[in-house]
Amino acid sequence: MTIPQISVFLENKAGQLADITGILSENQVNMRAISIAETADYGVLRLIVDNASKASAILLEHGFILTMTPVVGVAVSDTPGGLSKVLGVISREEIDVEYMYSVFGQKDGMACMIFRVADSDGLIALLEDNGISTITGEELGLH
Amino acid sequence: MERYYQKEIETADREQILAWQNERLVKQVRHVWDNVPYYRKKMEEKGVTPEDIQGLKDLHKLPFLTKDDLREAYPYGLLAKPLKDCVRIQSTSGTTGRRVVAFYTQHDIDLWEDCCARAIMAAGGTSEDVCHVSYGYGLFTGGPGLNGGSHKVGCLTLPMSSGNTDRQLQFMVDLESTILCCTPSYAAFLAESIHERGLRDKIKLKAGIFGAEAWSEEMRQDIQEKLGIKAYDIYGLTETSGPGVAFECSEQTGMHINEDHFIAEIIDPDTGEVLPEGSKGELVFTAITKEAFPLLRYRTRDICVLTREKCSCGRTHVKMSKPMGRSDDMLIVKGVNVFPSQIETVLMEQGYPANYQIIVDRINNSDTLEVMVEMAPSNFSDNLGKITEMEKGLVSALKAMLGIYAKVRLVAPKSIARSEGKAVRVIDKRKI
Repeated sequence: MTIPQISVFLENKAGQLADITGILSENQVNMRAISIAETADYGVLRLIVDNASKASAILLEHGFILTMTPVVGVAVSDTPGGLSKVLGVISREEIDVEYMYSVFGQKDGMACMIFRVADSDGLIALLEDNGISTITGEELGLH
Repeated sequence: MERYYQKEIETADREQILAWQNERLVKQVRHVWDNVPYYRKKMEEKGVTPEDIQGLKDLHKLPFLTKDDLREAYPYGLLAKPLKDCVRIQSTSGTTGRRVVAFYTQHDIDLWEDCCARAIMAAGGTSEDVCHVSYGYGLFTGGPGLNGGSHKVGCLTLPMSSGNTDRQLQFMVDLESTILCCTPSYAAFLAESIHERGLRDKIKLKAGIFGAEAWSEEMRQDIQEKLGIKAYDIYGLTETSGPGVAFECSEQTGMHINEDHFIAEIIDPDTGEVLPEGSKGELVFTAITKEAFPLLRYRTRDICVLTREKCSCGRTHVKMSKPMGRSDDMLIVKGVNVFPSQIETVLMEQGYPANYQIIVDRINNSDTLEVMVEMAPSNFSDNLGKITEMEKGLVSALKAMLGIYAKVRLVAPKSIARSEGKAVRVIDKRKI
């Protein structure tokens, strides 16, 4: 199962990020993970929230440009070499990771990393075959 | 001592100039009527025939020509000579849609170069001089025009074209250039470079002839001080031949229009009415000696003032002020004509909303062009690399359309300021 990610266009100016988090907070949307990629002039904010459809509707209403992207949540052992093991499997299959970032907190010694690849289902199958668990939206508290 | 290239013409009395203009205008109108169906049709629509034009007093009866006419008639519609008699074209920068192609017979080239020679001699040039031409060569009229004028004066001509600062400075020092011809912003840039490299004592420049873009009196002072020269303004446009339509003399208080070749009028840009002498309005030119591309009553869109006050240089031809603005939305950036509509076309082709803002500035005496573009949902991606790719595509499409680099800044949707519901398209921060 993939996880829905909201990607929002951010103009590089003061207060843009605060505007977005403010709007989400007012609407009782909880963020589970956040990542920003930027150039000098603009950036892309990537969010995993507890209620993606609600959050995207609200942000669209406020005039933001966004897109929904399916990403894969992967359980990574929170010990030295944990991430290395996962990346080893992915790189052996020559799968390109467009970007990745981590989810706040950990559970039972496992951290959660978000992976964005072209073929999410393919990645999930590959990881399961190699004994690496993927994490569902429900497990992250998404509804 | 004031020098002239064609003294009898340049210092002719008013009656003589008027006699030339009357005679040449009548002849030119007949030539155009006989050879340019496009303009003949315009005259017929206005109910004017060549017989109605007996001299200057009838000039106002003729229809105007505008850049739109040039576009509509592109490429041969305004040609008045068979192509076999033409030897050259020059062209304005810009898009195919806005491009102007002007044709020249050998006679046209000769007269154009005479005009440039007058400008060089008014700046003190003689056959002893080394004339360093750093205007662009090629389709742009700047390089070829001053190059030809320099030959006529007999200067040693350095056809440098623009760019390659190291080579510019090396030749300037080694070959002891005395007259520099280029755009004022490039002159300012070269002046900076000369300062930075401590070459001020090694250069022999005495004069500069700078045109093709607007420049202020402050900029003139700055360039004059930095280079230890006298800086002269020159005016022209591809439609009327190129630089040399008007040029400054030692008085530096306006540019003498070569009235034996061009009749200048000032009109109200809104009504088209001819305004009394001394009024501020749009400059209109009628070329009375050109053979291949003789534009009658061409609206330049430049706003300026004409003055016939006696000039201490001895020249009697009318003087025009530096252009004070435009009567259309055309911008001149780095000497290149830029219309907001060109930018709009590119944005729409690339899938961006037609809501944008153009910011023109002058940083270190060089023009900068920035286009603020609102991000569109269809162009957005969660992948930053893809957005950057799109942005690069937009930058190259703008470069292809405008001929110059424009920085693109992607901004949030609906973030471009609108006043009274209407977007402010152009912000020109240049202090000229």
